[in-house]
Amino acid sequence: MDKDKKKIITAYGLLLISLFCMLYGIVRGEPDTVLRKAIHICLECIGIG
Amino acid sequence: MIGKGIKRKLIQLASFGFCNSHINGFAEGKIYDGKLKTLCCPGMNCYSCPAATLSCPVGAMQAVAGSRKFNFSFYVVGILLAFGVMFGRAICGYICPFGLIQELFAKIPLRKFHLPKWLTYLKYVLLAVFVVLLPVVMPLFSSASGGVGDPAFCKYICPVGTLEGSIPLMSSHEELRSVAGSLFILKASILVITIIACIFIHRFFCKALCPLGAIYGLLNKISFLRLKIDTKKCTSCGTCSHVCPMDVNPLKYPDSAECIRCGRCVDKCPEKAIHIGIKHTDRSS
Ligand code: SF4
Repeated sequence: MDKDKKKIITAYGLLLISLFCMLYGIVRGEPDTVLRKAIHICLECIGIG
Repeated sequence: MIGKGIKRKLIQLASFGFCNSHINGFAEGKIYDGKLKTLCCPGMNCYSCPAATLSCPVGAMQAVAGSRKFNFSFYVVGILLAFGVMFGRAICGYICPFGLIQELFAKIPLRKFHLPKWLTYLKYVLLAVFVVLLPVVMPLFSSASGGVGDPAFCKYICPVGTLEGSIPLMSSHEELRSVAGSLFILKASILVITIIACIFIHRFFCKALCPLGAIYGLLNKISFLRLKIDTKKCTSCGTCSHVCPMDVNPLKYPDSAECIRCGRCVDKCPEKAIHIGIKHTDRSS
């Protein structure tokens, strides 16, 4: 198999994994944790936390 | 016809505008608290910026990993992996709001320097230690943390948060100014160094410090969007590597982890031998 084909297969494989990761993260409620952090001023980000 | 450079600038401006459309946050001194912030911007844009409408993926990754419930963010890693596999570091070149800010600093007409190659590896260390490791490991050593890990990159390093979050919020909040101490001095110093470096070194932050650049750089090698060199047309004149703002030699390393797919080499190549595109659709290459 040539190098380019390997890269394409790896890319499609990783894309599939990325979708599973996103779905798994959503199912276990990670977006709520992201939102909770993002809607309050992040004291660490602004250098006083 | 509009050149690649102008098209790229327009995309950068549109992305900057979309990620920072909560403009009245500056006047109110408040950050946006809508549901849109569940989503991550694919580039660096602090979620404590009053104008930010999306979350910063680096901050979000650390927040989830450092939380009591989780120690790894499948959600954010999935988002970054998807963007990286599709576009690689073109995200840095076209979408990242802080990338645009750095390019504006580079417009200051002073002599530009190359960054020593070894410094480009620093971003991988920062990603591994400050973004992935410390938020999870720190609570194990400190009972005072209550099991919650600090977002170490945001806390000790990120100049994006200092520029986009601290400055506007501190200017409108006396109570925040009054508690700023040594940590703020550290972060402000990193910001000043970053800005000065960005004036003299094109995209210093992207090259040396950005954890997102590290992730997308690793994926540049396999991303769908790639540089294509037509070796039949190329005369090896060296113009491409001479004009590259990221110090890449596209002829030798078209999949370099540093290439942000800005297209400058494409525009300047006298033989029109370089193209940016979806590699596998080009059966002839
Ligand atoms: S190699 Fe070409 S597309 Fe890549 S960063 Fe350099 S000039 Fe831009």
